[in-house]
Amino acid sequence: MPLNELPIDVEPLAGAMPAFCASVPAAELRGLCEQARARKARLVALWGSDETQRSAGYALHLALGFPSGLLWVSVPLSRENPHYPGIADIYPAANRMQRATADLLGIIPSADADRRKWLRHGAWPEGSFPLRKTVESGARFAQVPDRYPFVPVEGEGVHEIPVGPVHAGTIEPGHFRFSIVGEKILRLEERLGYKHKGIEKRFEQMTLEEGAKLAGRVSGDSTVAYAWAYAMAVEGATGTEPPPRALGLRGILLELERIANHLGDLGYLGNDVALSFGFFQFWRLKEDLLRTQAQLFGHRYLMDAIAPGGVAKDLPRAAGESLIAHLAKIEREVATLKSIYDEHAGAQDRFIMTGQVTPELAERMGLTGLAARASGIAHDLRVDYPIPPYQQLDPRAASHTRGDVAARVALRFDEVFESMRLVQALVQQLPPGDTRAPVVAAAAGARGLGWVEGWRGEVLIALETAGANRIHRLHPHDPSWQNWPLLEHAVHGNIVPDFPLINKSFNLSYSGVDL
Amino acid sequence: MYQLLKQIAKTGIVSEPAPLPDAALRALEQRLGQVILKHFGRALAIRHVDAGSCNGCELEIHAMNSPYYNLERLGIKFVASPRHADMLLVTGPVSRNMETALRRTWEATPDPKLVVAIGDCGCTGGVFGESYASCGRVSNVIPVDVAVPGCPPTPVSILQGILTAITPGRK
Repeated sequence: MPLNELPIDVEPLAGAMPAFCASVPAAELRGLCEQARARKARLVALWGSDETQRSAGYALHLALGFPSGLLWVSVPLSRENPHYPGIADIYPAANRMQRATADLLGIIPSADADRRKWLRHGAWPEGSFPLRKTVESGARFAQVPDRYPFVPVEGEGVHEIPVGPVHAGTIEPGHFRFSIVGEKILRLEERLGYKHKGIEKRFEQMTLEEGAKLAGRVSGDSTVAYAWAYAMAVEGATGTEPPPRALGLRGILLELERIANHLGDLGYLGNDVALSFGFFQFWRLKEDLLRTQAQLFGHRYLMDAIAPGGVAKDLPRAAGESLIAHLAKIEREVATLKSIYDEHAGAQDRFIMTGQVTPELAERMGLTGLAARASGIAHDLRVDYPIPPYQQLDPRAASHTRGDVAARVALRFDEVFESMRLVQALVQQLPPGDTRAPVVAAAAGARGLGWVEGWRGEVLIALETAGANRIHRLHPHDPSWQNWPLLEHAVHGNIVPDFPLINKSFNLSYSGVDL
Repeated sequence: MYQLLKQIAKTGIVSEPAPLPDAALRALEQRLGQVILKHFGRALAIRHVDAGSCNGCELEIHAMNSPYYNLERLGIKFVASPRHADMLLVTGPVSRNMETALRRTWEATPDPKLVVAIGDCGCTGGVFGESYASCGRVSNVIPVDVAVPGCPPTPVSILQGILTAITPGRK
């Protein structure tokens, strides 16, 4: 069948979200991407796979987001010469994904200028590709010296501040290279990959059942989003239908995760502008919510609450009512705190026009998720593709256009209130019945996609099964891939002391992109 | 300003009592003498190092600073540099890309120093294990005094681990 938006033949892909597959020769990749870009499709993910054991060389994969659904494009590449024309000039967000794919699989973008390594520091040597099937799971490489060519900035009075990987606060490790004049930031260059711990290789040693636990730990703060995306992918690949009650419960869990993270961020955003009152108040409310979650679902962060086929724990009627009562109490306090934040001149002075990403820049660079909605790009999977349980709830996507720290603060407040409304509706409309269906055995070579709007943005899991219920290839994709490069732009012209505030307003994942 | 003060007054003090140390968490015999421990007890400076975690343990370390746990009332605080620290609080399986940074952070911490490994990954390598990219447990890279299991361990467990590390006692 043809895709609505492009004149190419696609195969529909079974699963909860609307999705299609297409195979495209490498020579046609750039043409396809140019047309997709012209039709406002966004690049959701890019990854590679080793197909040599199926005597088919390698493959490059792209996930493109169209209004009618997600298009999974596969580009077969030869065993001897796995090169393809790079697309980072068409989709800037592809740059780091292409470099990661080159490090892990030796699939090389031939046209692009930026061929620097990304995930490979010193843990394996140049010319070795740990995600290739010929590399045993027990393989070890000797540490090699790690040199990385940062882009130098020169001129009178310019100097550099190197920060990290071990930061001053309780933050994940990464390196930031600031080039500054006086207090002003001229350029920021990020170097990530410090947390690369071989997650994708690990998946390939697991069964579909075992993979659920690992998926929930790709990025611990988004464990529900990843677990749901993983379950959705497995269910699609195996033809398993989760019961309606399980879908309602997944919606409740996902919105609770969004509320908890936003409460924590709102506290830290207050803290970063010296309003420590905000930190203590919001973290008190967050702790209240975490304790309620532990009580109702058995885990403070809801880890392992979602499993392929359904959910691990039901929410009885009385527990649902106590959850609603509890959220109502938190909501009243958040409303009070919002008016305190709104009227606090000192805090607003720091928030407004700090770390701005204009809608034009966001569009050009492919900003996504929460940060994109603060810069006028109103994409939200819950709204764009309202599958159950969101179908009947009419979820509203929050949107602001100024793209500064203040907009990202305001957006979080809006989303906390909307998620509370959704949880309440989901609890009240929870369908009766089972909470888990048995997972059907998978055929080898079956594909499945999970695509979920986590609190940070869209989380994607692309799965292809191997024989005996095992995983041939699994790529988990975090929205932080798209958003990290925008942080480099957001800090231009700002002063160094505002960097922690700007960084926190994005609150991007390191572990989710280092994998 | 009135609303802010009203909110503070309305909230009151929510801090809960601190947990007691738990000798079961010890990975090594206490190496520090009574005198040093007496001083550490009321003025402990901690440097947190994320050596490759999923960010789950970090959430609970943040939560320890919330008013319910109120770490600073116990004289315990997080510092910005290992050179100011008495204790390293290390999370994650140690990724091979963080191995050197963790070693250097440990070397930069002045003696006498303590190391507390946090979470299932810090204790055993957890779900990530050992691989081309992961060194596994923290004690594979630096000596660990106390190891706190959990995925992630609760703030009370982490606090218990910290207090165990600065208490006299045998393994």
